[in-house]
Amino acid sequence: MPDVKTVYKKSPGLTDYTLTYCPGCTHGIIHKLVADSLVELDLLDRAIGISSVGCSALNYDFFSCDMVQVAHGRAPAAATGIKRVRPDAILFTYQGDGDLASIGIAEAIHAAHRSENITIVFVNNAIYGMTGGQMAPTTLIGQKTTTSPDGRDAKTTGLPLKISEMMATIPGATYVERVSVHDPKHVNKAKKALKKAFEIQNNKQGFSLIEFISTCPVNWGMTPKDAIDWAVENMIPYYPLGVFKDATKEDDAQ
Amino acid sequence: MINEKLIVAGFGGQGVMLMGQLLSYCATTRNINTLWFPSYGPETRGGTANCSVTISDAYVNSPVISTPDSIIIMNKPSLAKFQPKLKAGGNCFINSSLVVDIDFRDDVTLYKVPANELALELGNLKVANMVMLGAYLKVTGLFSNDEVLAVLKQKFTGAKAKLIDINKKALELGQQAVAS
Amino acid sequence: MSKVLMKGNEAMALAAIKAGVEAFYGYPITPQNELPEYMSKHMAEHDRVFVQSESEVAAINMVYGAAGAGARVMTSSSSPGIALKQEGISYIAGAELPAVIINVMRGGPGLGGIQPSQGDYKQITRGGGNGDYYLYSLAPESLQEAVDLIKEAFDIADYFRNPVMIAVDGLIGQMMEPVDFDHPVPKWDLPPKTWAADGNRKNGREKNIINSLYLDPAVLEQHNLKLKAKYDEMKRDHQRYEMINMESADIVIVAFGSTARIARTAVEILADNGIRCGIIRPIAIFPFPTNAFDEIPDHVKDILVVEMNTGQMVDDVRLADKCRRNIHFYGRVGGIVPEAEEIVEQVMTIVGGDN
Repeated sequence: MPDVKTVYKKSPGLTDYTLTYCPGCTHGIIHKLVADSLVELDLLDRAIGISSVGCSALNYDFFSCDMVQVAHGRAPAAATGIKRVRPDAILFTYQGDGDLASIGIAEAIHAAHRSENITIVFVNNAIYGMTGGQMAPTTLIGQKTTTSPDGRDAKTTGLPLKISEMMATIPGATYVERVSVHDPKHVNKAKKALKKAFEIQNNKQGFSLIEFISTCPVNWGMTPKDAIDWAVENMIPYYPLGVFKDATKEDDAQ
Repeated sequence: MINEKLIVAGFGGQGVMLMGQLLSYCATTRNINTLWFPSYGPETRGGTANCSVTISDAYVNSPVISTPDSIIIMNKPSLAKFQPKLKAGGNCFINSSLVVDIDFRDDVTLYKVPANELALELGNLKVANMVMLGAYLKVTGLFSNDEVLAVLKQKFTGAKAKLIDINKKALELGQQAVAS
Repeated sequence: MSKVLMKGNEAMALAAIKAGVEAFYGYPITPQNELPEYMSKHMAEHDRVFVQSESEVAAINMVYGAAGAGARVMTSSSSPGIALKQEGISYIAGAELPAVIINVMRGGPGLGGIQPSQGDYKQITRGGGNGDYYLYSLAPESLQEAVDLIKEAFDIADYFRNPVMIAVDGLIGQMMEPVDFDHPVPKWDLPPKTWAADGNRKNGREKNIINSLYLDPAVLEQHNLKLKAKYDEMKRDHQRYEMINMESADIVIVAFGSTARIARTAVEILADNGIRCGIIRPIAIFPFPTNAFDEIPDHVKDILVVEMNTGQMVDDVRLADKCRRNIHFYGRVGGIVPEAEEIVEQVMTIVGGDN
């Protein structure tokens, strides 16, 4: 019998539940990265995830750590409430663009403002997925959604909100990075960013936010491959990847 | 059997709230029931302020006083507001330095105390409230100066401790003002 | 222990500290500001948590999080702020979490005013947010009672795994009275919070989930029925009320909170005028004290409901009285507190009308 070597397996940070996400959606990759990061940093036993409202609302069943499902947009507030009474726990919120950039923008900003020692995983796919493809604050100009059927018009709906750039301006924020998962190289980079964020939290260095450029093949009306290409060609130029704030480096420099 | 219902009223800044509170503190020290309730909100900032104080051997029922046994009136607008409420035969303490040219009811006992002038004699207008309190305590006999001063000693600590003496003198001046 | 003279808002804060509250999350609003102010100073002294949140909505969701992590937690606000918190309160009830919420009521609707009111009665006693749930709701009439009930409220919340509302008005928040903080209160038998999602699984326990989402109707129905069983238990076993002067009463007033206290003065004045008036004082406004109405003497034909609102409790009184008596109402609104003499006049009119 030939030697059998495991080269890939499900993360112990995830349960055996079948994911509810549509084919081609990048939530699965991002879940795996979050789970792997917690496991590799030996933080899973102390982790509490906050499920928000949107496609990821049910992910309290997917992660194998303690999970708290919260109201639309309120994940950073709930995480604050927990972290303050359980400072040894590792808190992450998992929020989409409707949840964070629209209804929950105040909670996100003020968690950063207070430099809450939590990590926000922000998944930006430029659309409301679960409710059926409505326009989000991050929807690109010209992008068609069910509430911008002729394409998003800047005249009446403004310009897409750049969350990472905005959060980086908040003095209390420690680490802000935008990443993508459109190819293996960027997946690895994204995982590095997540691990950096969790390490910052574990070192009690304050607020971190990792924004993921993601896709929504179903509501964008594209195949998974086309959706990935569309994200690379349209989203990344408007939402450039990179580190927007790293206060740990600023500390080193001082 | 103590059952005294008092309303203290004046401008914000005249120490109206403190006068009422001191009485409630004295009652608490003696383990008598008491309830202090202030007017609250924007009106207390520069406008008129008042508080109700009930001191009673029995459980205090209504927190609001519709018919006070006594009123302490520190300024003119307060007299117009509270004189009609005073019970017949009640005590009306007037800061006569500020409340002038007013018709007073003839079915109540009036005590005119030139509180501002007396306080200025002591060199500090701010103790006008303590002058009025002295007069009130002299007439009602509710609490002794020592009881009031014991409370003040707890409240005025550190740099404020030096204020005890002038407050004591103010109480005494108020008492003398209604002694005759 | 000797009594301490304290302002209502501060006394309620200290009561919570005495009850072992681990975290306070709140947002400024008149007339309850002394409560978070007191907490901001004294929670740190006890090595506990105080956060001034960005909004009432955030505060209640902080409460939700901390409660889910197994902490004793509370928030306070006043009417418009409590209205904002309803989303979170519904989630807390739905996820079966214990929490204590203090509502120092002011006039409404909208921004209303800042003077005392009982205008949130319906909102408080009907749950307040979306879905089928209720809050165990206590309406103390004095600071001693407020302190005692707050101390017990954390136990009640833990026992039922349900939010407890302390419903007072601006009068109680702003007044000062002597309070004995060591006055004993009932201790409830509480199981350990094995359900808490506190991020402490080093001992190998299974993951815990805090959740109010049940997409399968059959499962949600079971959840709703489980919640209903709690509210049924509250109604069956945990009504709280005081009967005042009832044995000799010819007419009965129903009033809660500071209004009940004013009614006590009215009853004294009425007695001086030869009219025997009793009071049913609901201490819990949910569950409503339906049992009290079976204890009213048979010859009583009239009930006067007195509130600082336009009659929000009247429906509950009618249901509890089961059409046995005439129900009358008197209320003052807008932040105006009724005087005892006004209540006396109402009773006189009713009694006179019967003759």
